[in-house]
Amino acid sequence: MPREITYREALREGLDEELARDENVCIIGEEVAQYNGAYKVTEGLWKKWGDKRVIDAPISEAGFIGMGIGASMLGIRPVMELMFYSFAYVAFDQMMNNAATCRYMSGGLTNCPIVVRGPANGGTNVGATHSHTPENIFANMPGLKVVTPSNPYDAKGLIKSAIRDNDPVYFMESTVLYGMTGLVPSNDEIEGGELIVPIGKARVSREGSDLTLLAHGRAVVTSLAAAEILGAQHGISVEVVDLRSIRPLDEETIMASVRKTHRAIYVEENKPFCGVGAQISSMIMEQAFDDLDAPVLRITSADAPAFYSPPIEKLQLPTADEIVARALTIC
Amino acid sequence: MASKTAKTSTVPFADAPINASLTGEQKIDLLRTMVRIRRFEQTSLKYYHDGHIGGFLHLYIGQESVAVGSISLLGENDHVITAYRDHGHALAVGMGMDECMAELFGKKTGCSKGKGGSMHYFAPDKNYWGGHGIVGGQTPLGAGLAFALKYKGLKGCCLCYLGDGAINQGAFHEALNLAALWDLPVIYIIENNGYSMGTSQARSSAFPKEGLAARAEGYNMAWKKIDGVSLYEIRAGVQEAVARAHEESKPTMLEIMTYRHKGHSVADANAEKYRTKEEIQTYMNEHDPIEFWKNVLIGEGVITEEDYKAINKEAGAEAEASAAFAIKSPYPDESEIFDDIYWEVDNNTEAGRTGRHFFHG
Repeated sequence: MPREITYREALREGLDEELARDENVCIIGEEVAQYNGAYKVTEGLWKKWGDKRVIDAPISEAGFIGMGIGASMLGIRPVMELMFYSFAYVAFDQMMNNAATCRYMSGGLTNCPIVVRGPANGGTNVGATHSHTPENIFANMPGLKVVTPSNPYDAKGLIKSAIRDNDPVYFMESTVLYGMTGLVPSNDEIEGGELIVPIGKARVSREGSDLTLLAHGRAVVTSLAAAEILGAQHGISVEVVDLRSIRPLDEETIMASVRKTHRAIYVEENKPFCGVGAQISSMIMEQAFDDLDAPVLRITSADAPAFYSPPIEKLQLPTADEIVARALTIC
Repeated sequence: MASKTAKTSTVPFADAPINASLTGEQKIDLLRTMVRIRRFEQTSLKYYHDGHIGGFLHLYIGQESVAVGSISLLGENDHVITAYRDHGHALAVGMGMDECMAELFGKKTGCSKGKGGSMHYFAPDKNYWGGHGIVGGQTPLGAGLAFALKYKGLKGCCLCYLGDGAINQGAFHEALNLAALWDLPVIYIIENNGYSMGTSQARSSAFPKEGLAARAEGYNMAWKKIDGVSLYEIRAGVQEAVARAHEESKPTMLEIMTYRHKGHSVADANAEKYRTKEEIQTYMNEHDPIEFWKNVLIGEGVITEEDYKAINKEAGAEAEASAAFAIKSPYPDESEIFDDIYWEVDNNTEAGRTGRHFFHG
């Protein structure tokens, strides 16, 4: 029977299974070992796997992320935890220059099988510096992969794929989702004995015929809630497509859905300017223009730094009500 | 100081075990490698001025002893990573002049297929991990190579080179902390040529009176300052660090005093403004590592002046031949733009075939 487990537990299972599968996999990050993880994602792994495999790093992101990249060139498969993905900005040169371009600049002689994972979300009243959503920034760089699981099933299946991938994968989670529960099959009920979700394949989270909500990360959850309301209260049949990864991108699933519903809204917790939705809506315009019955809309976080004050910050992020209201303007 | 009458007994560090065990042929090989680097650099400069080479060209002329002396100590599990002044290290690890010159010319036959250029030579099969353009950016990678060796239980080390201008980058300090904290077998070699581009050390760095490497004290890391004119002194000093890495898995910071005869890069128009002509001339005349080593070997009776001339001539011919090779080599094909970005795509794996990876057009 599929078990109901949390997003956090699903990630932990994926990490644990990969630690067991390949002795070159190790976990490095701040508070990941003895403290059991700032968000308890890695809870128990240090106790089980020991100092060699699960390593507490000092607060030194440029140093330890860069170190992981160097180690990956020699065949280690480090899974680096950023306590907040906002801290990627102090490791930016390592993540953007070294991980992303060494393969190219060496004419294909090197590769960096590193995973950098951690929460990339706002909405938790921690101020602007801790609320960044850099998926668009990293997805802008050829050589990198950006993965954004929205539920426990995908969290487990995608982290396992990310660790096995031979390119750098930046894996962006959400602190708001860590406690989310969902059905995840146990290995003995899966053909092949383990849960793998390929990177680059979107999921149709909900089928519908009148409107497509495209989203990634927690915005998928918000979109599903909006779809329920639109169906129940307005008789609008909404399809929700979860990208699961920004790069590589499952263009086919996106376009197939838009061609079916003829209307699309991109929903994300990212900022609007040059956001993921900007890219996707441009692609829809180019590839499915004749299929559209309305302009593609984008719903994003407010174009401002994250507001600390809890009731105000809530208003900065996309809500189901906002999605419903915007949807009604084109349906 | 270079001396035409240098004798083994009067040359410091000649008696260090690592040097005393050198055969005459090995000593000549060290000379030959230094001369090959210089002739390669001189030849590349000529073709740069002729318009065959684009972008930057950071020449290693004057610093040859640092790469050659230190790399001559390495074994099969020892690795090398450096910054953008990387041609000398490349030839010292055994990369060929042809592939290196062709890379400068932006040709398909270059070591990075024309994708990296002067600053980004790589040869993982020779344990050479670049060739990195961002000042100090390679220093955490060097710690990572050492981390990987330790993780795998291999007895090896990583030589991670940087210039004196890189010592103020934050990433370097973070790497030093990790190296010392986790006992990583990495050896940071500061090639101190006195200038971070056009800014002298005095105007760029605060450091203890003992020198830049003494900053290692703050990380409880072993350090040493080495006069870079003599291969004997370099080899003796670096060998201590290699032994520390191999036997104790401990890092070391070395500062090797050297001098670049040319500017920071070919584009450095002020190379003779921020340094006096007298200073440059003094170093060229009295601290040239090739001249010094040649005299040591003549003094030891290992070579004659005629032998040296032959080595120099041979290296010059090799460099010219590499330029000819580069000239006749084809440019990369436009279709190669999208190769070597993702390993999974290049290898046509299922992951590489899943989803759209490239978005132009």
